[in-house]
Order: sequence, then C-alpha cells, then structure tokens
Amino acid sequence: MANPPSANPVAAQAAHDAHQAAHGDHPTAGTYVKVGVVLTAITVLEVWAYYVPSLVAARGLFISILLTLSAIKFVTVVMFYMHLKYDHKLFRALFTGPFIVASLTLIGLMFLFGKLAVRLGLLA
Amino acid sequence: MATTVTTMTSANQADTHTAGHYTTTGLDSRKIAIWAFIGSECMLFTSLISTYLIYKGRSLVGPFPHEVWRDPSTGHVFKPILNIPVTSASTFVLLMSSLCMVLAHNAVVNADNPQKSLINNSKLWLAMTAILGATFLGFQAYEFTSFVHEGLTIRTNLFGSSFFTLTGFHGGHVTAGVIWLLALLAIDLKRGLRPSDALAVDLAALYWHFVDVVWIVIFTLVYLIQ
Repeated sequence: MANPPSANPVAAQAAHDAHQAAHGDHPTAGTYVKVGVVLTAITVLEVWAYYVPSLVAARGLFISILLTLSAIKFVTVVMFYMHLKYDHKLFRALFTGPFIVASLTLIGLMFLFGKLAVRLGLLA
Repeated sequence: MATTVTTMTSANQADTHTAGHYTTTGLDSRKIAIWAFIGSECMLFTSLISTYLIYKGRSLVGPFPHEVWRDPSTGHVFKPILNIPVTSASTFVLLMSSLCMVLAHNAVVNADNPQKSLINNSKLWLAMTAILGATFLGFQAYEFTSFVHEGLTIRTNLFGSSFFTLTGFHGGHVTAGVIWLLALLAIDLKRGLRPSDALAVDLAALYWHFVDVVWIVIFTLVYLIQ
C-alpha cells in the first residue's frame, strides 16, 4: 500500500504525476458538450461570413476574422478535447514546440514567396 | 535518500494498473510518444499547407477554386469548383466526431461507475465516432469525384496538384483513424474497455482530435479564404 500523499512531498508529487499521467483532471461530459456547441457556433459564423459580399470585399477584415475564428477553434479543441489545459506541461511542450517552428516556417515561406509581403504592402 | 526512492516507487506502484511501467518522468512513454508524433505531424501538414498557399493563384489554367474560368480554346465556362455547403457539412460532421470521441474516452474512464447511462456507453460513442469519420470520408469521396467530373484532376493545374495532395493526405489520416477506432470498438465489444484501458483510448482520441484540428485549419485556409 502506498504512503499517504501528505507524508512526503516528493512521494505526493510522484503519486500525483502518475495519477495525472493515467487519468488527468479531465472535465465532465457536460463541459465537452458545451465546447461542442461553441465549436459548432463558430463554424456557422465562419460559413455565414463567407456569404456576406460586403465582408468578403473588405479583404483584410474578412481574412482576419476567419483566421481569428479558426485559431479560437484550434485552441479550444487542443485545450479541452486534447486535454492540454489539464495534462502535464511536457505534453504541452511536445506540441507547442513543433507547432511554433511549423508556424514560423509557414510565415517565413509566405514572405519568401512574396504572398505576405505583398499583402502587408512591403513590396511595391 | 533511499527512503525517498522507496516511497516514490511505492507511490508509483499504486497506480501501476493504469500508469503502466515506471518512467523517470512519471509519465507513460506511450503518451509522450503520441505527442511527439503529433508534433511531427504538425510539420508534415504545415509543409503541405505552405505548398498550397504558395501555389495559390498561380495556376495558368482552370478550373479555379473561387473564380469562374472560360477555356479560351473550347469556350467552355467552368464555375468555381469548391462546394462550400457540402464542405461545411463535412466539417460539422468531423467536429461532432471529435465530440463523440471525447465522450467515448470519458465513458471508458468512468466505466466502473455503477450508474449506467447513455453518456457512459463507450461502445455507442466509439461507434458514433467511427461512423462520423466514415461519413466525412464519404463527403470527401463525393467531392473528389465531382471535381474530376468537372475537369479538375491532380494533373490539371497547380491548384489541383496542391489541393488533392493536401486533402488526400488528410483523408488518409482520417482513414487510419477510423481503422484505429474500429479496432478499439471490436475490443470493447469483445471484452469491454475498463478504466485501465483509458490510456489506449486516450492515444486514439489524441490522434483523432489532431486530425480534426488539421481540418479546422484546412477548411479556413483552403475553402473559406478567397
């Protein structure tokens, strides 16, 4: 039988980590359903924006809105459904590290091939 | 020191039934591996998305994703090829499959709960996830087929090449996910998934949610931004 967690702080941390690895402090099913409703609402908003001609015509605003909504959906799924909000920070590092490198590569390539540079007015 | 090590070992052993073998991080190696794999998959999909974005708007001949194109040699008019209503429906289907997956994992974690309810039925949620994943693949097959009928193949232009490669790779990942889910469902039907199997379901769930997250990005960058 394991010692009580309060008996030794190191043992308590080890027990907590082992428990965390196995279970994590996951939200309830109700929270998952609420997150699902939010994700659906954001998707509806994105598709609605696509069909508003005046919004599409305001190119910069349209792209900013879509990218923001997409980023919110991305972060919500990663944090709640993939439990990154509740899991060990090593998992967070394993995901965010490559993700940051990938994002910087994408932005770098966009500059290299002129897409972003033209859009931001950096090139004539 | 010796006492501390002994205490740590016994504390870890208390969770041996769920946490697997002892590791120096206190974390299960399989879960670290799946996160490292997902990190590498981020790189793969970023390269495919980058290629799509770089080639976007550089096709010399149509059909185009958002614009009408008239073939100068035949006079045939090609309408914009992307079908947003159909893709919006398939996006919704994939989002709902993610919800079902997380409910399946939740049901396995709470499998020992004596209170039986729909929300704690892992078989139902695993089956739903697999069905929704297969439905998404059906939408993709319909989309690919209609594109080919409308004159866009992987060899037609730069848009066709980068589009089919990107969405085809994603579809391949969804297919692998559906097979993984069906394997879990078969185990669940055969002997039932217990809380001690929660990690196995968690690994599949992490993969499945990642596939969903990639589609969130593709849907915005490829389909909605004109």
